[in-house]
Amino acid sequence: MGRSTTSKDAEALFHSLHSAYASTPTNLKIIDLYIMFAVVTAVIQVVYMAIVGSFPFNSFLSGELSCVGTAVLAVCLRIQVNKENKEFKDLPPERAFADFVLCNLVLHLVIMNFLG
Amino acid sequence: MTRNFGFLVVALVLVASTCEAAIFNPISDSHRSAALQLFSVSDGSFGSLEETYEALRTFEVLGIEKKVDTRTSTCATVVDTIGSPSSALKDLFQALRINGILKCELNDEAFKGIMPRIKDAINDSHSLLDYYYSIGGLMLIKDQTSEVAVHLGDADRIFRSIKALSQSDGRWRFSSNNPESSTYAAGLALETLAGVVSLASSEIDHSLLATLKNDIVKLFDGIEKYDDGACYFDEKIIDAHMHQGSLSASSVVVHGLTAFVTAAKGSLNLPGDKILGLAKFFLGIGVPGSAKDLYHQIVALACLENSRVSVPLILSLPATVLSVSTKDQLKVRVNTVLGSAAPPLSVKLMQIFRSGSKDASVIDQELKFDPENAVHVLETLPKNVDVGKYIFSFEILLHDPEHKKIYATGGRTKVPLYVTGVISVDHAEIAILDSDLGSVEMQKKLDLSGENAVALSANHLQKLRLSFQLTTPFGHTFKPHQAFLKLRHESGVEHIFVVGNSGKKFEIVLDFLGLVEKFFYLSGRYDIQLTVGDTVMENSFLHLLGYLELDLPDAPEKAARPPPQPVHPYSRYGPKAEIIHIFRAPEKRPPRDLSFVFMGLVLLPFFGFMAGLFYLRANLKNLPKSTVPATFAMLFHLGIAAVLLLYTFFWLKLDLFTTLKALGFLGVFLTFVGHRTLSHLASTSAKLKSA
Repeated sequence: MGRSTTSKDAEALFHSLHSAYASTPTNLKIIDLYIMFAVVTAVIQVVYMAIVGSFPFNSFLSGELSCVGTAVLAVCLRIQVNKENKEFKDLPPERAFADFVLCNLVLHLVIMNFLG
Repeated sequence: MTRNFGFLVVALVLVASTCEAAIFNPISDSHRSAALQLFSVSDGSFGSLEETYEALRTFEVLGIEKKVDTRTSTCATVVDTIGSPSSALKDLFQALRINGILKCELNDEAFKGIMPRIKDAINDSHSLLDYYYSIGGLMLIKDQTSEVAVHLGDADRIFRSIKALSQSDGRWRFSSNNPESSTYAAGLALETLAGVVSLASSEIDHSLLATLKNDIVKLFDGIEKYDDGACYFDEKIIDAHMHQGSLSASSVVVHGLTAFVTAAKGSLNLPGDKILGLAKFFLGIGVPGSAKDLYHQIVALACLENSRVSVPLILSLPATVLSVSTKDQLKVRVNTVLGSAAPPLSVKLMQIFRSGSKDASVIDQELKFDPENAVHVLETLPKNVDVGKYIFSFEILLHDPEHKKIYATGGRTKVPLYVTGVISVDHAEIAILDSDLGSVEMQKKLDLSGENAVALSANHLQKLRLSFQLTTPFGHTFKPHQAFLKLRHESGVEHIFVVGNSGKKFEIVLDFLGLVEKFFYLSGRYDIQLTVGDTVMENSFLHLLGYLELDLPDAPEKAARPPPQPVHPYSRYGPKAEIIHIFRAPEKRPPRDLSFVFMGLVLLPFFGFMAGLFYLRANLKNLPKSTVPATFAMLFHLGIAAVLLLYTFFWLKLDLFTTLKALGFLGVFLTFVGHRTLSHLASTSAKLKSA
């Protein structure tokens, strides 16, 4: 009895989330997809490290930081571009995108240096 | 009775003889070759006029025919010096001396030219050196030319003024200002006064000559002596300018003395043994190391050879080591100091003293003269001369009684001599004994004239005994300087023991019980080495007898460690041991296939991203259509791609500085185009919004 209720509740929750998410603008969905891509890549790297060991550690960190860093920057972009966010009402999205690109380039310079 | 008397005589003779034994050799070819080396020619001359004269005089005495090529340049210098009106008195003197040897072409005009200068110098002289050079110059002119009349009118005055500089002990001062007296100055003064006497036009006052002879006697009273009979005149002050030592002082005094005796023609009673002592002093130097010393030595010996006082005769031995085994004969030479032949004489061996013991034997045997080789030979050594070190006492007897006044032989001459021979080593045996009982565990006979290789073994409760006998060729006991037994451990630690003797038998017993600590408790193999040696033993030996396996108890904790052995000197600079590097074990790397699989897996999300974009119907509709903005947009994307490409190169090959430089350029470009593109997009969207 509880099980089916729980599963039904989960199903209902999932459907409501899905329908709510469908209304988000496309550009935000693209950003979310990008974030997912970065996180999945990070997870795969962690699994690999768990299997083979952490040598060389700097390369592992570099790879992880690349994925996590770009995900974080994408999150920031999403926050700034989201029209429902009143805090960044006056910030043109192009400016946010330019910041995103610049920060990514700097991040990846550091990553490349640390990669070894 | 007679034996006791004989011993008494011997004892008295021993007390009377205080001279040590020594050998003096007359001038030989080694002096000649040294002269050629020391007096070297540089730039065609020997150096200054003084050095040139010293070289020429030495070569003249030694009979060396020097090359003629120095003669022309030297003569040119001599002629210049004598001809020049500004030459110093000293240079004139040296030039005249050189002319006396080389006989350069100097005409009488030159001599007449310098005569007034020298005569003025005599009258103006104040110091001894001025008198010496001027009077000496006059003497030389007198010898070299007969045309010029040379004589001293006021010889008495000059004699007195030179005599005034003398001191009471026979020495002279250089000038009246200088209070210090010197023996060298005395020699110069004697030579100068001899010149005054021979140049004097009228006879010098006899009382002056008598006082001078007294001075010479006082000078001889102050002569110094060495133990071996050599006598010399000591120089108390050594002036930094002149630097006269006892050699030059003695040489100059001898020169002056012989010159005076020749000039005065009177008799001078000087003890012959002191003249002989002077000769021994000059000969005892051997071959000097400097040119000046060689000159002084040779000139003094030449004066002694030709002196009117007494000519010393030197007894020398060509060989001081005689071998009994080859039946060497004792040979003795008697020569004058320059090596010339002596007058007819005979040599007698009077006594033989054995070194290290008090007894001496009286021999009184005449040596046979061999006229071919000019040596006196003792055909057979006396019967009681065994191997050892001896002092032989000789006496020279002149055949002509008149010669006794001319020659100085010096009475008894003592000469050290070594008589060597083959010592017979026999009854040699080595044994291991039991300590308590004294019984022989193992015994081996040794042949110490040949090779031995015994192999013994012992423990700390046993003893090692080595014994042998040493006998001289005549059957007497012989005690060598060295009789050592050395035990050397395989690690290099050595122990040396002295082999003692009682009579002929030499024996050593090593009790290992007492030696355990000395051996540092080291068990193992010891080499046994026996050394027996002496200067008169012709068959001294150092033999490895064999090996001893010694078993000692273990060392207690507090025992002394054996001393560290010295590192072999060559091994310090030889190649060192190869260094084996220890590397960190490389990290375990994953298998390649696994790595490739995960590489593929990592690329999968990208494709998923692409698929997702397609699913979301992402499009490029907002891309500017018109030319200029399109170009900028294109450039913007190209710029980002270029930066990413730069990063790839950075990872593959470049360094940070190059990358940052390139990034700087790209960044500026990217900022510019990015700004244009994004501002265009922003304005487009703003227009849309407002519209």
